[in-house]
Amino acid sequence: MATRLMAAAPTAGRRAALALALALSCGPMLAALDVPPLSGRVNDYADMISSSAEAAMVQKLEQLEASDSTQVAVLTVPSLEGEDLEGFSIRVADAWKIGTAENDNGAILLVARDDRAVRIEVGYGLEGRLTDLLSGRIVDQIIVPNFKAGRFDDGFLLATDAIIGAVKGEYKGTGQLPGSTKTGSGRSLMPLAVAAVIATAIGSRRRLLGGIAGGLLVPLASLFMFAPGLLTLLMIPLGFGGGWLLSAMGLFRGGRGGRRGGGFWPGGFGGFGGGSAGGFSGGGGFSGGGGGFGGGGASGRW
Amino acid sequence: MAKYLARWALIGLAVAALSSCGYNLLQGNEEAVFRAWADIDSQLQRRSDLIPNLVATVKGYASHERETLEAVIAARARATQVTIKAEDLGDEQAMARYQAAQGELSSVLGRLLAVAEAYPDLKANQNFLDLQNQLEGTENRISVARQRYNEAVQTFNFSIRSFPYSLTNNLFLHLKRKEPFRADEAAREAPKVEF
Repeated sequence: MATRLMAAAPTAGRRAALALALALSCGPMLAALDVPPLSGRVNDYADMISSSAEAAMVQKLEQLEASDSTQVAVLTVPSLEGEDLEGFSIRVADAWKIGTAENDNGAILLVARDDRAVRIEVGYGLEGRLTDLLSGRIVDQIIVPNFKAGRFDDGFLLATDAIIGAVKGEYKGTGQLPGSTKTGSGRSLMPLAVAAVIATAIGSRRRLLGGIAGGLLVPLASLFMFAPGLLTLLMIPLGFGGGWLLSAMGLFRGGRGGRRGGGFWPGGFGGFGGGSAGGFSGGGGFSGGGGGFGGGGASGRW
Repeated sequence: MAKYLARWALIGLAVAALSSCGYNLLQGNEEAVFRAWADIDSQLQRRSDLIPNLVATVKGYASHERETLEAVIAARARATQVTIKAEDLGDEQAMARYQAAQGELSSVLGRLLAVAEAYPDLKANQNFLDLQNQLEGTENRISVARQRYNEAVQTFNFSIRSFPYSLTNNLFLHLKRKEPFRADEAAREAPKVEF
């Protein structure tokens, strides 16, 4: 998010604008703290998989993504800490967004060690191939018996193979499956941008005025963006500081020769923070591509 | 200088006014509610479609559980009759009737699966296990869809009441508030199967 804003704002105001944008965008994201970060294809937080098995799984899953664009991730956690398996699983899926945004072709194998619970969470686009029935069979016939016997590596490896076998070829050469509409988490930052511009404009006379304008306009702008609440009050000092800073940096003073040609908004703010764009990173890194989940899959216990 | 500033301020205000009166946003929010509703509806339909197969399978092993089996069939028939159109999502009574019918089906289905626990042969039957997995998956989808519907309803209901969208709604759109899906006691106990 921040990079776009940086590109859009003129050099002098960058830092202040960035600080404001960060302060605003962080607020609503504080909720789901429990979902562990996606660190790779295999996220063995419960330490259940040997390193050689993990490497083999990662390799298989990399191959799968290279050939089919289907993403599969594995997560083990020590404990659900009392949370409901299905509820936690869908939160992980919503946070990680495994699979591409167009095809929703992602799946997650979740294992909670101390709860002895396992779930395969299936993205919308794979529900036709990796059905609840098939996920259930993988859980019942492969994972549970192996885990019961303490053969965790075997269970994980065989389950990986089975999941890959099930999803293989689902998306070859089609545009048939309608991509579900993404409701990105992005809100329009337009009101904030307007507030910043006005505050800066006023502040070009006197910094104090800019600060006051910011203190008034930013909370007002935040009303357009969020529900009124404590956040709005927080916006008053933030807006004041921001307005002051922007004024001090003097966007509107001097050296504005090249600024007239509409340089301030290069059409960027409209699509700002559009949520989940595709995000495959090569070179070892791994991230979800915006895939959507609707609770498909199966759970089991061993 | 002053002229230049005034122009910026004007542009800014115009953009703010256009982007924040919410005409499109409100309609977008309402569409999101309809979409979320359609998802619940299709998942409930899917559950309904699984039932005849489940009943037939259970009957093969536990034919003397006639009472439970008939209750499931009757509840399914009633649930099929009580439908709700997207326009009526704001109608509290229609929603209550719909939810009651689906809730009843949930509870008798739960009872059927509990009964099945007493029949080892049935529990070992692959067809039954598959149906169980499908039913569980569908129940989970229903609960996810229900939660998302409620979120969409909450967003929508809040948006038609919050300033300045409330003005837009009162003057132009006249959209009605929508009813959330309330989890009643029967519906909350989705058939849970232990392995």
